[in-house]
Amino acid sequence: MGEVLVLMEEIEKTFPGVHALNQCKFELRAGEVHALMGENGAGKSTLMKILTGEYRKDSGRIIYKGREVDIENPKAAQELGISIIHQELNLMPHLTIAQNIFIGRESKKGSKFIVDENFINEETKKLFKMMNLDLNPRTKVSKLPVCQQQMVEIARAVSFNSEVLIMDEPTAALTESEIEELFKIINMFKEKGVGIIYISHRMEEIKKISDRVTVMRDGCYVDTVNSKDVTIDHIIHLMVGRTIFESAKIKRDINNKEVVLEVKNLNRGRMVKDVSFNLRKGEILGFAGLMGAGRTEVARAIFGADKLDSGEIYVSGVKVTINSPSDAVEHGIGYLSEDRKQYGVTLGMDVESNIVLSSFKDFLGPLGWIKTSKTSKIAQEMVDRLKVKTPSIKQKVKNLSGGNQQKVVIGKWLTRNSNILIFDEPTRGIDVGAKNEIYKLLNDLVEQGNAIIMISSELTEIIRMSHRVVVMCEGRITGVVSAEDATQKLIMQYATKR
Amino acid sequence: MENRVFKYFTTKKKSLVSPDARQKLLAFASLVVIFIIFSIASPNFFKFDNVVGILLATAVNGVLAVGVTFVIITGGIDLSIGTVMTFSAVSAGIFITNMHMPIGVGIIGALVAGGLCGLVNGLLIAKAKIPPFIATLGMMLVTKGLSLVLSGTKPIYFNDTPAFSNIAMGNGLIPNAVIIFLVAAAIGGFILSKTVLGRYTVALGSNEEAARLSGINVIKWKIIVYVLTGIFAGLAGVLMASRLNSAQPALGAGYEMDAISAVVIGGTSLSGGEGSMIGTVIGAFVITTLTNGLRILSVPQEWQTVVTGVIVIGAVYMDIVRRRNANKV
Repeated sequence: MGEVLVLMEEIEKTFPGVHALNQCKFELRAGEVHALMGENGAGKSTLMKILTGEYRKDSGRIIYKGREVDIENPKAAQELGISIIHQELNLMPHLTIAQNIFIGRESKKGSKFIVDENFINEETKKLFKMMNLDLNPRTKVSKLPVCQQQMVEIARAVSFNSEVLIMDEPTAALTESEIEELFKIINMFKEKGVGIIYISHRMEEIKKISDRVTVMRDGCYVDTVNSKDVTIDHIIHLMVGRTIFESAKIKRDINNKEVVLEVKNLNRGRMVKDVSFNLRKGEILGFAGLMGAGRTEVARAIFGADKLDSGEIYVSGVKVTINSPSDAVEHGIGYLSEDRKQYGVTLGMDVESNIVLSSFKDFLGPLGWIKTSKTSKIAQEMVDRLKVKTPSIKQKVKNLSGGNQQKVVIGKWLTRNSNILIFDEPTRGIDVGAKNEIYKLLNDLVEQGNAIIMISSELTEIIRMSHRVVVMCEGRITGVVSAEDATQKLIMQYATKR
Repeated sequence: MENRVFKYFTTKKKSLVSPDARQKLLAFASLVVIFIIFSIASPNFFKFDNVVGILLATAVNGVLAVGVTFVIITGGIDLSIGTVMTFSAVSAGIFITNMHMPIGVGIIGALVAGGLCGLVNGLLIAKAKIPPFIATLGMMLVTKGLSLVLSGTKPIYFNDTPAFSNIAMGNGLIPNAVIIFLVAAAIGGFILSKTVLGRYTVALGSNEEAARLSGINVIKWKIIVYVLTGIFAGLAGVLMASRLNSAQPALGAGYEMDAISAVVIGGTSLSGGEGSMIGTVIGAFVITTLTNGLRILSVPQEWQTVVTGVIVIGAVYMDIVRRRNANKV
């Protein structure tokens, strides 16, 4: 490893309501592959976005090759020699490979306005030769498979003679052999003295390709270790090790209860692979895993929001066909999505309308009009039962706090008498006080005989609430853990097991 | 005589050639088919005068369509081009007739007027982040009103300057307007395929966020695109004023629909990222050819718009199907 290329010190970044980065530091040396690890929300992306000019830091210093710099925008970062290959590829699908690589640099020396197509095609050919790639620069990027699109992005970074290369989950969409090719290219970069920041959740790969690992947690810097000196277990421990206050949980024994939902061999593209599990009455079944593990995709498939490639769903022992959310709702399934603003509530409508949204059929008069006396009564009862803090049921939902909006969505499903409820990140964006109320609500719901699937990225929450925890990784179920056995470490191990 | 007409088609194709040649050939082929059908249906169709009439009728709309092609490729839309065209015509009238300035100044004034309207559109859309549909709808109403205000709600005639009408109508067998249109289309095509502005236009429409992260000043270039469209609308205004020998402040609204239809029929997608000038030119000719042919066949005028509407839907649908099949491979 050579000189220090990048030194980030005391980096602070706050968004409204969220302290994203707290006195973070990071150091990158020439010729090293430095892995950056942490749970979802640890701050890895935010830190890198500051380095690449997408965000501005609130305070702290960035020292690039010995000089303090202020990276104002993506172009400034590029000019310094810092390139990033995002997880969601940043290519323009209608343009060719060469046009994408040289976007912003396509003009002839003489006239600034004319595009020199031959020049960019020739240069691209040279780049590919150096990288041992066999692609036609004139191919439209949309026609390439994802792994080749990724190669185009890497070629772009190479063309900038970048000295710092950030790769965000580079292997997520690649097969084993493609990963081998990628690693060859990474080693080539190392030999040239390029410093690589490698963000990934794949433990074995990190051990294989990286020289050092920096771990972040909750927006803070935790530690930096040499990859060959530590075990995967130790890294996981650094990622999750926080003191947890776990109240003594008395979980009712649900083993004897009937199975209300059973799914067998669900398949959907790359995100849901051969998923089978069952859900019992009175149970809270937790779904843990990293971002992209496929949990939301499983939930949406069961709810009919997305079409399954194959698989069977049984509700209370009876096989059902679910082709759309209305089918799912007919069978008593309700889904509270991750992004309640987008998928859960209609913000412009009032509390009353949102609560009865799925159940209008029950409130219609003889000629089809809505019986407002009935809807008001039911809505008010629900507001009282769930303790929704709102001046009245006529209040527009967008004026409620996040926690109360969430309660409104719950109220919607309860009004519909849905007894199988899928909660996707139920307490995301909700403060601590409201969280406890939601937890109590969930426990009450299952006491009353409902069954809940709870998807969450917060390990403390999952362990606290679930009777059993299903852990997913890259579309597959990698482990099912009972409440007694569940620890953060164990869940993380399953969550990163390929 | 037929040879001279076809010569213009072939020379245009050479200078505007782009990779998706097959799609252009298909669009061109359908235009030829329409020509053949009408020629068979009526002996009056394929007469020199009539074909010249088609070319002339296409000129004004064609220039508008060439301009708005850029905006549509960025994934935006410009509903104001019709009224901006009129506004530019009125501006020319004010400079030339009311203020007695030389014709050249009037023409430049019209182009500048169009460009300024485009600038306002660009600022509203790129900086204030108002959706293009709304921003340009608002500008359409504003420029419509301004045209009436500036002209005192009366047409401005160019009787003092007979040379003005030569711009569109002069010169031998083929009116200048047609030549100006084809040259404008050639310039538009050149800009689109060979210049940085053209490249960024496509980039913005293809993936604006990727373009931004690649270091392109998205705001600046979006504004430039709308200004360019405005300048073309200004040119269309000059042509129209010259044809009618007057600036008619009440005209203009509705022209944008024909222009956008021409672009869409030509194969440019409203979702942005791809398109070509040849397509737009062919699309413009398809519309006027249809209208003309139907009129020669004495089809009532009401039915002409019905037919145009059906063609627009059909062309877009065929394009969607073609794209879907291409992606399946």
